[in-house]
Amino acid sequence: MIASLTLILFCQLVGEVIARGLGWPIPGPVLGMIVMLAALGVRDRIRKYRPAFGRQVDATGQGLLAHLSLLFIPAGVGVMQRLDILTEYGWALLVALVVSTFITLVVTVLAFVFVSRLTETSARGGEGSSARE
Amino acid sequence: MSDQPFALWVYLSQTPLLWLTVTLGAYVVADRISHATKRNPLCNPVLMAVVLIALVLWGTATSYPVYFEGAKFVHFLLGPATVALAIPLYENRRIVMRALLPMLMALVIGSVTAIVSAVWIAQLLGVPRQILVSLAPKSVTAPVAMGITETLGGDPALTAILVMLTGVIGSIMVTPLMNALGMTDWRARGFSVGLASHGIGTARAFQVHSLAGTFAGIAMALNALVTALLLPVILRLILS
Repeated sequence: MIASLTLILFCQLVGEVIARGLGWPIPGPVLGMIVMLAALGVRDRIRKYRPAFGRQVDATGQGLLAHLSLLFIPAGVGVMQRLDILTEYGWALLVALVVSTFITLVVTVLAFVFVSRLTETSARGGEGSSARE
Repeated sequence: MSDQPFALWVYLSQTPLLWLTVTLGAYVVADRISHATKRNPLCNPVLMAVVLIALVLWGTATSYPVYFEGAKFVHFLLGPATVALAIPLYENRRIVMRALLPMLMALVIGSVTAIVSAVWIAQLLGVPRQILVSLAPKSVTAPVAMGITETLGGDPALTAILVMLTGVIGSIMVTPLMNALGMTDWRARGFSVGLASHGIGTARAFQVHSLAGTFAGIAMALNALVTALLLPVILRLILS
């Protein structure tokens, strides 16, 4: 578990070093996510020879993600310091959020369904067809 | 003699231990309430916990920086949790590959829509430019959205609140809206709520259908990547 946690922190560290070193306007942890994807690919290569290698990583990651909402709370409480902005622009922001979320949901689901009907006329659905793997 | 409890309070209120405990405790209480209401989206555990803690801080006249000294240990885990999003994404890589085209199209169109619509509507309603920067990444998972805002000179705390509200709004809206639109593809339903409402939407999708939840998680991770890349460019285009 400690090894897995070290790997996750290391990926974040690499991401931060790249983002800050090159001055990219991308958060370090996002680049760390890409590094982590690559690391998982490498792990599966090694697993062909040592099946038990890196098995803990999945459990550690799931542990972190299981209570993701807890992690937003400290930042969320920060709204205490922003009550002036919220009293002044609260309604405008709320309208923007509601309308924008509505539009985004509709546009995204329609785009997905439209393209999947164009491309998956023969093989329907994502559920039943995993027998080939 | 009677100074003793007061001295104890002065000590406790300044240590990380108290506020860390309060943060976890508030979450446990809020999570129980949410569970008791069968995960009603209106009883969002994050919002309830935030209100609960804010009331405690207000009641004890504790400032946010003092609170954050304790809560920062929880806050720190946002970074590693963002990295860990790679794990479900990697696990689902075959599903991703199989639905690659619809996902990529929906991803790019949805991501741009989420940013541009929010900024334009708020601008129309007279919200100043500085706040628009903090609003723009509202559909992205909180750690990434806050990172984006910070890099662009906005206000991460405001972003955190707007992101959470977006999550709650989307998770309340999604099921009736998708039913009204007659959408039966769980992949598409999940993908749209994950893209529009990140982790809170994903949690909602998992309650409805596991395939929807999987696609919501994928959409959340991909939208975090795409928005981080696109947002600086889009903001330069629409705010100039």
